[in-house]
Amino acid sequence: MSEQQQDLVSAIVELREADAAQLVDERLAAGVDPLALIAAGQEAMDIIGKQFAEGVVFIPELIMAGEIMKSLSAKVTPYLADQRSAKRLGTVVLGTVQGDIHDIGKGIVATMLDIAGFDVIDLGVDVPAEKFIATLRDSHAPIVGLSGLLTVAIDSMKATVAAIGEAGLRATAKIMIGGAPINEQVRAYTNADGWAKDAVAAVDLAKSWVGGA
Amino acid sequence: MFTDNWNELTPEQRYEARMQAWFASEANIDFVSDEARNAWRERMQMLRDAIELKKPKRVPVLPNVDLLVPHLAGLTAHDAYYEFAKLEDVWLKFNAEYDHDAVASTFAIVFPGKLYDVVDLRLVSWPGHGTGDDVHFQYNEREWMHADEYDWLINDPSDFWLRGYLPRIFGSLEPAAMLPHLTDMVEPPVSGAMFFPFSLPPVRQMLQKLLDAGEAAAEWLQACATIDAKITATGKPSYIGGFSKAPYDIIGDTLRGTRGIMLDKFRQPDKLSAAMERLVPLAIEWGRSAADMSRQPVVMLPLHKGADGFLSDADFRKFYWPTLKAVLLGLIEEGIVPWLFAEGGYNSRLEAIHDPDIPPGRMVWMFDTTDMKEAKRHLGGYQCIAGNVPGSLLIAGTPEEVDAYVKQLINDVAGDGGFMLCPGIVVNDANPACLQAMIAAGKKYGAQV
Repeated sequence: MSEQQQDLVSAIVELREADAAQLVDERLAAGVDPLALIAAGQEAMDIIGKQFAEGVVFIPELIMAGEIMKSLSAKVTPYLADQRSAKRLGTVVLGTVQGDIHDIGKGIVATMLDIAGFDVIDLGVDVPAEKFIATLRDSHAPIVGLSGLLTVAIDSMKATVAAIGEAGLRATAKIMIGGAPINEQVRAYTNADGWAKDAVAAVDLAKSWVGGA
Repeated sequence: MFTDNWNELTPEQRYEARMQAWFASEANIDFVSDEARNAWRERMQMLRDAIELKKPKRVPVLPNVDLLVPHLAGLTAHDAYYEFAKLEDVWLKFNAEYDHDAVASTFAIVFPGKLYDVVDLRLVSWPGHGTGDDVHFQYNEREWMHADEYDWLINDPSDFWLRGYLPRIFGSLEPAAMLPHLTDMVEPPVSGAMFFPFSLPPVRQMLQKLLDAGEAAAEWLQACATIDAKITATGKPSYIGGFSKAPYDIIGDTLRGTRGIMLDKFRQPDKLSAAMERLVPLAIEWGRSAADMSRQPVVMLPLHKGADGFLSDADFRKFYWPTLKAVLLGLIEEGIVPWLFAEGGYNSRLEAIHDPDIPPGRMVWMFDTTDMKEAKRHLGGYQCIAGNVPGSLLIAGTPEEVDAYVKQLINDVAGDGGFMLCPGIVVNDANPACLQAMIAAGKKYGAQV
């Protein structure tokens, strides 16, 4: 589908911001299907995600690619009218747990999930367990992601997981945790369903949980 | 100058002068017992030996604690920031109960809440001011320097700080943005108008706030000095004489922020590089002036945005390392021991940081999650390494697991000296039994190597 958009895919993968913006403007003006442009963006992000997983590119490249995608999305959206951008994979409730106000890691995960086709409800930072629970109840989201950078987040995650369990939501929502201090030992300690070492791994985990891997 | 003949001394002689001054501080310590005095001497020698890549009598064991100490005593983070009177007993109790070898100087681990109130600190949130009563400070990531302000920073860093950065991070200093450009005051006939801003009510209020801030700072420093003196008197040295930072982190942590600097690396790489070069002499002077005042040779540089994953190897070598290296060389030239706290992982940096231009045995690399065997393989015999008991292990592990970790770590890297045992993080939370296990294991296995 994106063979005609290969130059756009390349521009995004190579992080040529101005070139990508110019190509999008030109295509939209020429009446190209906006969905094809979004598909090109997703293809580019898939490539960048793979490069990230392989250790070829790093967080700055993910953030820069996210910037380019945001700008692409902003340009394309007015042309979309009522069309859905693509098949959606499900909803993920995401937040940095209570006591921790770090936003960047969670922000990258939110961007990557969104581009991958999830609807993300980002609750922000310093999120109390009750807010996760209320949002899970309202949204019926099958996945909740708890983020944290500091060690204080570990006990906060444990308490949040327990509270989600007490609310009877673990049968319908899987819990993933992520952030710098997170590893398998912390996953076991917090009793979460899974953990991810970075944003790309988080997307893969979420996809595996909704059968979209 | 640290000594009268400073300019005539070689870097080696300056290092020796600073070390001697550190050891000579013994004369000012009112030790609680001869035993404490002997323990202090022994611990100081272990630290020095480890720095110089010798095999110390035993592996030094440093607990890297800050907020954990008031926590263990049942105080909240808020208490720790505001109730200095309660902290003295708490710190003494910790040092009596935990038989480690040295703690960071108190000014680095006790936080002045009242001062933050007076200056209306916006750069971080702290207990009761944006974080919970029992949660430590955290950075508010914003673009405190705007993307189009590199030229201002490069052309006149002090002016950028005074009228750009400080008025943003301190609410009480907002009126500093109204001050004149001070280097315009070249000579009297044309300087008169420059004084006009000092007549403005906001500026006058700011000056009053600065006086209040000075009082709050003096109160805090006095409290720190008292606690430090009492800890040291029990035989435990303190080891941070000052701070500095890598130029990339100065810009990436608080000026442009993590996101800002990552985008600048793509959008305006030349400006970013020029700004970092401009900051090198400032970062050296920051560390030197503090080390001169404290008369302690160690200057700590916490490293953040150069960790694994934050930059490619090529970009680390291009953007991060050159100006950090220049700062390190400048500090070493002054006889200072840079103590780098490489937060996160440094596995992909080990080749780059083994730089032949840096003299051996003159600095410390303290690692967090870096593979210590690999660190030893690259840096062994070149620079002292320290670390890396995981913070997660101290919280979620068992004392037996901690013991096993420490045993393996010492076995892996401590054999020929040049190693200090410590957590890989600054410890705010931990299972006390796990921290005790770390110290006990360090002393047990660290004496056997």
